[in-house]
Amino acid sequence: MNRIDMEFDLVVIGGGTGGPMAAVKAKEKNPNLKVLLIDKAHVKRSGAISMGMDGLNNAVIPGHATPEQYVKEITIANDGIVDQEAVMAYAANSFDMIQELDRWGVKFEKDETGDYAVRKVHHLGSYVLPMPEGHHMKKILYRQLKRARVEITNRVVVTRLLTGAKGEVTGVMGFDCRTADFYVIRCKAAVITTGAAGRIGLPASGYLMGTYENPTNSGDGHAMAYHAGAALANLECFQINPLIKDYNGPACAYVTGPFGGYTANAKGERFIECDYWSGQMMLEFYRELQSGNGPVFLKLDHLAEETIGEIEHILHTNERPSRGRFHEKRGNDYRKQMIEMHISEIGFCSGHSASGIWTNARGETSVPGLYAAGDCASVPHNYMLGAFVYGRICGYNAAEYCGSTAAAAIDESAVAAERARVFAPLERSEGLTPFQIEYKTRRLVNDYLQPPKITHKYEIGLRRFDEVREDAAAMVATNPHELMRAMEAYSIIDCAEMAARSSMFRAESRWGLYHYCVDHPERDDANWFCHTLLSKGGDGQMAMSKKPVEPYIVPIDEEERDAYQRLRVERKAEAA
Amino acid sequence: MSIATTLTQVPVKVHEDKCIAEKGCTVCVDVCPLDVLAIDLVKKKAFMQFDECWYCLPCETDCPTGAVEVSIPYLLR
Repeated sequence: MNRIDMEFDLVVIGGGTGGPMAAVKAKEKNPNLKVLLIDKAHVKRSGAISMGMDGLNNAVIPGHATPEQYVKEITIANDGIVDQEAVMAYAANSFDMIQELDRWGVKFEKDETGDYAVRKVHHLGSYVLPMPEGHHMKKILYRQLKRARVEITNRVVVTRLLTGAKGEVTGVMGFDCRTADFYVIRCKAAVITTGAAGRIGLPASGYLMGTYENPTNSGDGHAMAYHAGAALANLECFQINPLIKDYNGPACAYVTGPFGGYTANAKGERFIECDYWSGQMMLEFYRELQSGNGPVFLKLDHLAEETIGEIEHILHTNERPSRGRFHEKRGNDYRKQMIEMHISEIGFCSGHSASGIWTNARGETSVPGLYAAGDCASVPHNYMLGAFVYGRICGYNAAEYCGSTAAAAIDESAVAAERARVFAPLERSEGLTPFQIEYKTRRLVNDYLQPPKITHKYEIGLRRFDEVREDAAAMVATNPHELMRAMEAYSIIDCAEMAARSSMFRAESRWGLYHYCVDHPERDDANWFCHTLLSKGGDGQMAMSKKPVEPYIVPIDEEERDAYQRLRVERKAEAA
Repeated sequence: MSIATTLTQVPVKVHEDKCIAEKGCTVCVDVCPLDVLAIDLVKKKAFMQFDECWYCLPCETDCPTGAVEVSIPYLLR
């Protein structure tokens, strides 16, 4: 438990997707800047794209789509609650980022003329660009980190940020998950790129780490931002995904859709017009699961052998390559039967939905010197390419901020308090294990928070979370690894409470299944056409507020406005 | 101390005849996002220390001798 003091200009927390990009771009902006990339895993294989990615889900490429069309699509897909300027900042930089990744050696699918082979998956426009050889993504990022001379610290779990007199970032604290050394890192600015909060709910399999997201993404960034005074936006807009049942990974309709695959009910019939993951799509999926036509499947068995071979190559070598061995053990063959699907546990992930640490079009949070990018930040439907684009935006802006800011003194009383909090479980010899605390929290999340949302259930859930929070004060860790799980358990409890409080605040239904409230079943634009913000109140408790939706820069026609509300395949009445 | 140890079959198997941890190799331990692998200091071989596997496969893919084999965890197989 030695104390290790370090000093940098900028610390980037999380080395998965947006983090490496932010670090590289900060160095590019100012090569003299001292930049640290810190990760609780190893940057070589950390984050959501640990094994690469099979495609870009939101490529805005000239000739196929315009930034305005994309902004419109995401505005409609997200039921109007978007900061269009922030979505536009992504869309306008999307193609430039694709070209840069191309120069770095990422291989995108191109047609015979050399143009990017863009496919249609969204309801309105075409934004999907396959990367059949996308398994090399992390290697490419690592090479750029080395070239840019970014310093890297692996296996250090960042737990809290330090702030100064004006509430600004002054440092970062954490501990080594192997040695338990305590790190105090003085810095002028920080970028949070910790990914989704993917470990709030419990997978239906009961296996704690069988989550959709990389389980390292336990909401640590959401929790540290909250405790540093940052606002978090629209947390009631949960992430719930349609996944391979039990395996709990993508099936995946984005890859198979352009080849002719689709989501079907037990009769093999299409029931949704579009497989793009929106709240409304998930609601139709949920309804079909609950109906006599359920369960729901991915249907590929009608496709030609060579098509299925290509699909197998992409799906079983990228992103979640162990899908192949799961299917093998189950006797699933894309040629012979449909693949059973289910819906995931809940999480926070702006990559697919719209909730996270509030950021504007410059990647700034509400805390001076604190930036956030990727799945943990609030720019909706951002996916991997959004994490890259916002990583770059944060890297540039944080570098600029560092240039005009002096390093502040470290608040030693805050350091002492955090050190005592972090190491308490190691000093106990009796108590509850981190596994027990985490399992119970996540089981309660499933019992009380999984939509449809019911106010009374949420009230009970909050009371139970309080009990678990009290119990957590008796957590015991017998080694630094278990200490990491104990600190993650605290992040999970924080996120569970945030999910509940945000959901209870928005007294309407919106975003399909993501915020389907039984007590308020209708969308209420008169009162709730706004963002919701959660932050730490003066009393140290979670406080909620409304934030008006920023004026649109791309107008939405009345007719298009409800396009995502009409996803169910219409069936004509049959004559009796 | 009132804490029990519950046995479980872990999803990551290390073929000890192929593992070269005794030569200083720690690749699988290094790349695991969940940090669940470790080197047995007596046997000088890698093993799965914590049952917290995301079946993501870097350990198997990056092992220079093909000594690591990942199965889907039993609970969701």
